Amino acid sequence: MIILKAVLGSDSQRIKIRRTNRIVQNLKRDYLLYALLLLPMAYIAIFKYAPIYGVLMAFQDYNIFQGISGSEWVGLDVFQFIFQQDSFYRALKNTLILNLLDLAAGFPAPIILAILLNELRFTRFKKLTQTVLYLPHFLSWVIIGGMVYLMFSSGGMANTILSGIGLGKMEFLSDKTNWLIMYVAVGIWQSAGWGTILYLAAMIGINKDLYEAADIDGSSRLRKIWHITLPGIKPTIIILLILQIGRMVSIGFDRPFVMGNSLVSDYSDVISTYVYRIGIGSGDFSQATAVGLFQSVVGLIFLLSANYIAKKIGEQGIW
Amino acid sequence: MSLLSRSKTNLVDMLIVLFITVVSLTCLVPFLYMIALSFSSNNAIISQKVSLWPVEFTLETYKTILSDNDMIYTLGYTIVLTILFTACCMFLTICAAYPLTKKRLMGRNFMLTAMVFTMYFSGGLIPSYILVKNLDMMNTMSSLILPGALSVFNMIILKTFFSSLPESLEEAAAIDGCNEWGILVKVVLPLSMPSIATLSLFYAVDRWNGFQDALFYITDKNLYPMQLKLYQIITANQQLDSQQGEGSMGAFIVPESLKAASVMFATVPILLVYPKLQKYFVDGVMTGAIKG
Repeated sequence: MIILKAVLGSDSQRIKIRRTNRIVQNLKRDYLLYALLLLPMAYIAIFKYAPIYGVLMAFQDYNIFQGISGSEWVGLDVFQFIFQQDSFYRALKNTLILNLLDLAAGFPAPIILAILLNELRFTRFKKLTQTVLYLPHFLSWVIIGGMVYLMFSSGGMANTILSGIGLGKMEFLSDKTNWLIMYVAVGIWQSAGWGTILYLAAMIGINKDLYEAADIDGSSRLRKIWHITLPGIKPTIIILLILQIGRMVSIGFDRPFVMGNSLVSDYSDVISTYVYRIGIGSGDFSQATAVGLFQSVVGLIFLLSANYIAKKIGEQGIW
Repeated sequence: MSLLSRSKTNLVDMLIVLFITVVSLTCLVPFLYMIALSFSSNNAIISQKVSLWPVEFTLETYKTILSDNDMIYTLGYTIVLTILFTACCMFLTICAAYPLTKKRLMGRNFMLTAMVFTMYFSGGLIPSYILVKNLDMMNTMSSLILPGALSVFNMIILKTFFSSLPESLEEAAAIDGCNEWGILVKVVLPLSMPSIATLSLFYAVDRWNGFQDALFYITDKNLYPMQLKLYQIITANQQLDSQQGEGSMGAFIVPESLKAASVMFATVPILLVYPKLQKYFVDGVMTGAIKG
């Protein structure tokens, strides 16, 4: 027995030594590669993981002078507090509404546009319009917001035309419902053209023989679109749909912030602008962090679920 | 019969052309209106005479902007900022992407997972803000460069491209006595110039259009990048209205023509590089999509 143990012991020791030797050898062989990784990994640690550590603020009565180590722990009190705030629910509700509207109106737009572009027979015209349609994607939301303000404010071009043809003025940006429509429309304007790229690429991959066979069968254009083009881009549609549903609770900052104004804040105040206002505006760092953490966690759950469901129904997920 | 069906398709074709033309025009009309406003006199604008062409043509607005040292300074500053940011980003992206293509590298999966995780979960706005504050980076140029200096998404695109290069080239260089850094600089990078150009443009456009971080971190007017400056100009009257009541501070009110000219001033640099930009971006989106 003792002998056996000794043999086993020395064996595992030998394996250990061999393993350490291998690690040392690997490090020696690849030290130049590790040296390259030093700065990027330091960047990830400092600018990505330090803020993740920083979410601990959400469980504290955070004091900026004492930092996380010096501030008092309060458990879930901060969450309890924000879950009682009407303004929090307003921001959450608006985030969901704006994202749902974007999904309902903004998601099909590039698909329809891509199908129409694909049906175009004049190559030059197609190239030219694509160049024009991609342009809004490269503009910042500040520029877009400025243009929207100048065009649709009470003295802007839209109202000049409306009163010119005898219709009265319209409050495009200060009436809440109109603002919602403007928000979604401008979103489509900015992203639909650019959004066609992936669909058009998927359409190029569709086998041309299918269309020829359909021609021989005398299929109409609509039938070809329905039975060949759409099934051909289905995987692309599903992946992009998953991604968009996964982002249901997260919302960018620039677009609602730049387009919103105090008259429509009942609709335009979303989670990101709410976090900005209570955090950086009023200095309630704990509350703002808690709202942000809530958004990150729920967002991750959404994304994982959407991916899971996609795999369940037999589609390729995003992982 | 065949004639009938042909004329029918032609009608559909024309309808599609018409629709696409209208949609394309909506992308151009805002620019025409901005140009029209910026060349019109303020009287014409206030009395709502301006639509798609200038009324009472004047160059005054552009004279004001171009003689305003602030605007020129902001333009130069933003260009410098964009170049520094892009250089910094590309350096980090290359440094991360190249080693991570080597499957033999110990800890490779751990590092990749650690990076990809940050694409799906982040600490949020406020912890990042506190971090920048704690690092004493408020009101410095570095607050607009360092926090966004590596996009994991772009890094993965570059890594995918590096992996697609034939291994035999690297092996040949290794036999010639090149070490890993030599291989990267002399073999891999020269072969990857199109990808590097694409990613550089990704980063540059992000920085040029970036607004949120500047709003959070910068209060010193000398450090305003273009977008924040533009935002201030566009919202100038709105702020004045709420603070001091309409019309009382006539001298401070920014006329619409100046706002439109400022919008054009911030847009023209993008328009100048747009033809190149578009080509590289389309290529880049494809590469990213194939990976996904």
